[in-house]
Amino acid sequence: MTRSNITIVHTPDSAVRRPGRLLRELVADIRASRSLAWRLAVRDIRAQYRQSYLGYLWAFVMPLANTAVWIMLNHTGVVRVADTPIPYPAYVFTGTMIWQLLVEAVQSPLQQVGMSRSFLTKLNFPRESLIISGIIKQALSLGIKLVILVPAVMFFGVMPDWHLTLVPLALLAVIMTGVAIGLIIAPLGLLYTDVGRVVPLLAQFFMYITPVVFAMPQGGVMAKVFAINPATPLVLTTRAWLTGSATPMLGAFLIVVCGSAVLLFLGTLLYRLTLPILIERLST
Amino acid sequence: MSGEAPLIRVEGLSKKFCTDLRTSLKYGVHDLVTEIVGGRRGQALRPKEFWALQNVDFELRRGECLGLLGRNGAGKTTLLKMLNGLMKPDKGRIELHGRVGALIALGAGFNPILTGRENIYVNAAVLGIPRSEVKRRFDEIVEFAELGQFIDMPVQNYSSGMTVRLGFSVAAVLLEPDILFLDEVLAVGDIGFAMKCLNRVREIMANSAVIFVSHNMPMVSAFCTRALVMQRGQVLLDTTDMPQAIDRYIGAFGIDRRTSGSGEAEVLDLRLLVDGRAVNSDDPVVDQGREGVVELTFKVKPGHRARATVYVDDIAMSQVLAVAVKDERGENLVFPPGIHRVRVPLGALEMNMGTYSLLVAISNIETAQLLCREQGMLPFRVRSTNVTWSKIVRDRVSTVLPSGAPVNDAHGG
Repeated sequence: MTRSNITIVHTPDSAVRRPGRLLRELVADIRASRSLAWRLAVRDIRAQYRQSYLGYLWAFVMPLANTAVWIMLNHTGVVRVADTPIPYPAYVFTGTMIWQLLVEAVQSPLQQVGMSRSFLTKLNFPRESLIISGIIKQALSLGIKLVILVPAVMFFGVMPDWHLTLVPLALLAVIMTGVAIGLIIAPLGLLYTDVGRVVPLLAQFFMYITPVVFAMPQGGVMAKVFAINPATPLVLTTRAWLTGSATPMLGAFLIVVCGSAVLLFLGTLLYRLTLPILIERLST
Repeated sequence: MSGEAPLIRVEGLSKKFCTDLRTSLKYGVHDLVTEIVGGRRGQALRPKEFWALQNVDFELRRGECLGLLGRNGAGKTTLLKMLNGLMKPDKGRIELHGRVGALIALGAGFNPILTGRENIYVNAAVLGIPRSEVKRRFDEIVEFAELGQFIDMPVQNYSSGMTVRLGFSVAAVLLEPDILFLDEVLAVGDIGFAMKCLNRVREIMANSAVIFVSHNMPMVSAFCTRALVMQRGQVLLDTTDMPQAIDRYIGAFGIDRRTSGSGEAEVLDLRLLVDGRAVNSDDPVVDQGREGVVELTFKVKPGHRARATVYVDDIAMSQVLAVAVKDERGENLVFPPGIHRVRVPLGALEMNMGTYSLLVAISNIETAQLLCREQGMLPFRVRSTNVTWSKIVRDRVSTVLPSGAPVNDAHGG
């Protein structure tokens, strides 16, 4: 044990005043987080799996149910969906799956911190591990989903091509964007429960201005709204790579990915800076 | 070792808390913004705020153990949380040199559905211990926790004792800190296990600076080399004289006076005399082992013939000593209606150091109906220079027997 020369200093000064140290410590903590994050993810997945007969099947129930509803609505003519580039069932199925991933990613930071509240307010450990653990959990469940997603798409009559190899990257971009948004709202969300309630509401609203169950509108106000919605390129590109169809918004996709990378970095800093203050307010 | 620089250095540490949740959340948002833009925290109190901790200074070296004493809300946990980096100070500075370990929140991260074995790895990961290290010392942990074959059972089926034993064992076996924080965790499991924990903590203590929060005074006196007595966020006393510290801590407790019974008897006056002198009511201190005498004046209303008993209560209002008021033949003295004055010898006041009070009970001698019960009277402190774990402390001159002499066996023939 030769690490006894570590020195820790706590002062009231904002960590932003010493950005070099802030970044150095952030990197060190993320490195230290990896094994803990993995442990926590394994713990949660095992526990979830052990208490349920259907286990991972639940991951498909939501998108399947959603798909069924929309196929029915479309079929009976209650809702008239414009022609989609691929068969409608495959369109809705992939769309809802991607959308669910994004929404879960947004909720993940708040949920992870909430779950660990009891020991977060008592023990000091690299708190970035909670966020990373959330990402690992999503990635693992995603892996299993893909196993079903790809054959399902083929069953609906769509043949994926070599773009399929890019799908993990696209899905990662979706998770990254979600987590970045989640990190930005987490500080306020931990103080006020209102934030946590608004998220599903907004998610519902945004789903209808993103090509998840609807096709891209061909003109009018809605076309503009769809086009400026940053979730649109994410969903379109991911679906296109998954189904081997044309990628209409590749440029926008890359811009969104870069934007969310920046957002993720800022969100991580925000999380790190604000958590001690939040812990103080949570435990009083 | 004494020439070594301190491992913990705390200077002018202060922390504000808010009494109202909504306002507290609002200030939280304000502090968030201040932190993000790199502003300075306000030093003054805002409305509805108070100092939960104010101007705390101390240094601690390797091999020292600092006890934090104080009533609930004195700021002990707040201080510990700031030391542990869980919240930021509002003023002052903390400097820690070396690896920090904490025996707080035992079993953090346990998932009840998973087995003890799985939870050991999770808990160790939360404490920052690599998996390889846990693997290497796994059997040691299980043995320390005395869990045996139950290690593969879900933790939700554990008794509460088993769960804390497991939590303690993970930390106690794996942690090798330079600085250790302990918060009320040593009273774990049954007495045998508690003793084992204490021994383990003693081992850790030899090589580290320890900060210890406990309300268990015998434990504090057994472990600590120094104490901070805290009251309302401030340090009242910083001393290496443990009996003095404990006496000061105990003195901070008030005792409520309570009257019950039918009201058909009444205590008019009560005095406690030690060595013939009345105990000073401003600073009522009694040295351990002195003879105490109570002078009691009371009134019994018409229609009752009464008997009386004087009790000594400890701080938890449980009775330590009962002295029935008797005559030479061992019969109860009977008090007819009227005013009576009695002198009741309590004998040697051999209670362990702490705060005590007197209780007088007067009841009808035939029906045993309680006429008057006056609790929490004349609170006084028992002072002693040595602290033990027992309720009663009695030093006796003993005789050394020749070691070759046959043992007197009570069962023998």
